[in-house]
Amino acid sequence: MSVVIETPNSPRSRKQANWEKYGWIYMRVSGAALVVLIFVHLIANLVVPDGGIKAIDFAFVAGKWAAPFWQWWDLAMLWLALIHGTNGMRTIVNDYTEKEGVRKTLVVSLWGVCTALIVLGTLVIFTFDPCPAGAAAELLPSFCPVQ
Amino acid sequence: MAEDIKEIAEVPSFTVTLMVRRYDPEVSEEVKWVDYDVTVYGTDRVLDALHKIKWEIDGSLTFRRSCAHGVCGSDAMRINGRNRLACKTLIKDLDITQPIYVEPIKGLAVEKDLVVNMEPFYKAYRDINPFLIATDKPEKERIQSPEDRARFEDTTKCILCAACTTSCPVFWTDGQYFGPAAIVNAHRFIFDSRDEGAEVRLDILNDKEGVWRCRTTFNCTEACPRGIQVTKAIAEVKQAILRGRA
Repeated sequence: MSVVIETPNSPRSRKQANWEKYGWIYMRVSGAALVVLIFVHLIANLVVPDGGIKAIDFAFVAGKWAAPFWQWWDLAMLWLALIHGTNGMRTIVNDYTEKEGVRKTLVVSLWGVCTALIVLGTLVIFTFDPCPAGAAAELLPSFCPVQ
Repeated sequence: MAEDIKEIAEVPSFTVTLMVRRYDPEVSEEVKWVDYDVTVYGTDRVLDALHKIKWEIDGSLTFRRSCAHGVCGSDAMRINGRNRLACKTLIKDLDITQPIYVEPIKGLAVEKDLVVNMEPFYKAYRDINPFLIATDKPEKERIQSPEDRARFEDTTKCILCAACTTSCPVFWTDGQYFGPAAIVNAHRFIFDSRDEGAEVRLDILNDKEGVWRCRTTFNCTEACPRGIQVTKAIAEVKQAILRGRA
């Protein structure tokens, strides 16, 4: 009778490039950046303006988005937070789904929703015009110049 | 006089109820909790109570144990919802006014009563190459400074009881995850100055099912009967992968 000893050092097969490391780094870096971005955002919107939380209205947002600084600030928040959140959801899906088909469907829909929101959000931030030309006067906010 | 000494020397005894999760596929597919009342001493451990049940009440109760002194790592089980070694858990330290719940460790298939199939656990262990990899011949002693030794001192303590891996919520839902114990044992060699296989092991653990699956919930650190800082060891391996070297 011969005893067959299994080769102990045959490594696991590595089928594909591994993005988990970059996902892990991204979560830490974006998390740290978002702490600053979000708290400055909250303070700038709710504490700094005269009138505190009651000062926020359409005109306030329009004023902020007239400045490129706040456009880029909000853009950074939008991208970092959406990808951060979606990647977190992806991790939970990977942990808790048992069927590969379900997992794939959920992950693909997550990134689909994320992409749609990022595209829409980016468009809004950069194309936002509080007083679009040719709009009916009664739909426009009071601060728009009379056409 | 002799009576006095006897009175002082006597170890107090008391009765406790053990609720044991029983499963015997040869009898029934049903899993059931069975309660046993046993009289134990203040010096007794949960393992002693299990022995008492097996030897005096129901010989069919099945569990693993070998050294019975916290070294072999055979009798890890879930006692009152926490992973511990039955041989290191004194009954008097538990709440004995309530029944003591004893069940098999989670995440591995139960074979009978408290015995689980450890093979997936050992597979992950084998996969990280748990042996010294060195190119020079073992002709003379491999010298190591106390500082170099201290880097992996903590992770040499592992007894492979699986208390950490089976306390990990990621392992419960994803049996493919290497698990804390395998990473701890990889750590033991990755940070050993005499070993030359760090790169191979870091590459293995940079897997989809490797260290990045860890969510730092610290369940493993709490569960370890040897007091190994498991989560810290995993974090050190993550750092080493980011650096590309030990």
